[in-house]
Amino acid sequence: MAEKILMKGNEAIAISAIRNGADGYFGYPITPQSEVMETLMKERPWLTTGMVVLQAESETSSINMVYGGACCGKKVMTSSSSPGISLMCEGISYLAGAELPCVVVNCQRGGPGLGTIQASQSDYNQCVKGGGHGDYNAIVLAPASAQDMYDHVDLGFDLAFKYRTPVIILADGIIGQMMEKVELREEKPRMTAEQIREIAPWATTGKPKDRQYNVITSLAMESDVHEKFNQKLGAKYAQIRENEVRYETYMADDAEYIFVAFGCSSRICEAVVDILREEGIKAGLLRPVTLFPFPTVKLAELSEKVKSMMSIELNMGQMVDDVRLAVNGKCPVGFYGRQGGNIFTPEEIVAEFKKFNNLK
Amino acid sequence: MNIEDIKKPENIVYKKSALLTDTPMHYCPGCSHGTVHKLVAEVIEEMGIQEETIAISPVGCSVFAYNYIDVDWQQAAHGRAPALATATKRLMPEKYVFTYQGDGDLASIGTAEIIHACSRGENIVVIFINNGIYGMTGGQMAPTTLLGMKTATTPYGRDAKLNGFPLVLAPMIAQLDGTAFITRQAVHTAAAARKAKAAIKKAFEYSQKGIGLSFVEIVSTCNSGWKMSPVAANKWMVENMFPKYPLGDIKDVLKQE
Repeated sequence: MAEKILMKGNEAIAISAIRNGADGYFGYPITPQSEVMETLMKERPWLTTGMVVLQAESETSSINMVYGGACCGKKVMTSSSSPGISLMCEGISYLAGAELPCVVVNCQRGGPGLGTIQASQSDYNQCVKGGGHGDYNAIVLAPASAQDMYDHVDLGFDLAFKYRTPVIILADGIIGQMMEKVELREEKPRMTAEQIREIAPWATTGKPKDRQYNVITSLAMESDVHEKFNQKLGAKYAQIRENEVRYETYMADDAEYIFVAFGCSSRICEAVVDILREEGIKAGLLRPVTLFPFPTVKLAELSEKVKSMMSIELNMGQMVDDVRLAVNGKCPVGFYGRQGGNIFTPEEIVAEFKKFNNLK
Repeated sequence: MNIEDIKKPENIVYKKSALLTDTPMHYCPGCSHGTVHKLVAEVIEEMGIQEETIAISPVGCSVFAYNYIDVDWQQAAHGRAPALATATKRLMPEKYVFTYQGDGDLASIGTAEIIHACSRGENIVVIFINNGIYGMTGGQMAPTTLLGMKTATTPYGRDAKLNGFPLVLAPMIAQLDGTAFITRQAVHTAAAARKAKAAIKKAFEYSQKGIGLSFVEIVSTCNSGWKMSPVAANKWMVENMFPKYPLGDIKDVLKQE
């Protein structure tokens, strides 16, 4: 029986990083995710696994430390919250442009601006659609529990190295702060220098006699060269869309009404589905686990047989655009959201659902 | 005597470092970058640390430094090279890690990164090319541009009231406990280049001693940006840049008094 420990989502990120062989964490304090670095500093993994943990002078510096570490083929990560992620977007664009693997955790709070320290999901567009400049996507994972926080670190590194791309774990203040039981999976050791040379032959590990020197750059001055590179990235994202869509459903098989919600909102929507089912209304839930790639095909399939869908988000309506694109007019798509750190109750969503569908 | 006779090994008095690639440099004739690249390549070759060296290029004219020296390179976002170097050195402490940065990159947009890398005492080498102008973008004012100096964004000369004063960075970071060796050099004469090379070598050696950051500023020319011939640019540098940026060691924690 694997060990289960009660911990915050943010602590799960830190513990998982150590146990999954992360080489480095570089971060800057910001509410509501400071427990990630605090936990790492308390655990002192440099004495056990050799993992480097460093408090940088800014989020800008953190993400560029991540860039430097990723250049070396190391498993490196950072975490922050919305305003800090805005500062990191330049760096994430460079990481995407230089095709470097890394994990970035965004424990979202409300915005724009300094916003609020309370939980929010209002960075959906920023993280899923790019955020930084240029034609790129990061893989975006949406944890809905402390266990997901733990598991997504490992999954994130796997996907990051498989596709040589940044992976964003798009959490929120609730998932980060909430305490839940977390099963500690089997530990993975850090990669050896030999393993890094094998899986990351492109890395700047020092040029031996038997290979050309490696250059990590995102610069291509000639239009034709750069266009080819953009198309190469496009092909990579197409492959990710093809292979890496992850979602969960709840009572969706015979559903006449589908809720679409990610992260903490999806947990609340499970209760909504239960309430409606008790009343004899066949409701179900689709929870995207990956926001990029988005479960477009599954939503299109469901749209053929349901009466309507409703996107439930802690923002002014961002993911709902992607739901509408997936549904492509096949069924009505509604939206309900709360903002500013306020959270909807299941009853509130039930009422909004009935209003949208003209049900008593 | 034919060309083959001249090329005999016993006749060779100078040759290019084996670590300089055959790629023709894009730098303007007279630019200091080429000479500094040569010195860095020679130091790495002489120390036998090609396999142990990770280099980080900036944004600016020397972004393409990675085309010219045969070591592994990372290309940093504007100003962020010391952050990349920090992580690289901490993750691979046995390696020699150096950044190569211009004055716009290091002394303007990257001031936070360089000052905090110095403050933390990162065991890296920083090569800082100070020519008082933005070369790559077409000759705009740099933080190190001298008062009165004409650039594309100070067409009537840099005016302290309008544009602020030149930023003199080396003495500032010399005050930080995390720095080990701070020196200011130039490469306008063979004698100066020899001294600069010795300073670069010392910086690389210090970076493996765990005593903090080593910083080699090279007061340089940008004859295109300055709109001067290479010879005139060197003369102008000696007469105008050196009084504001005097050459010599500013800090050396291992020097016996």
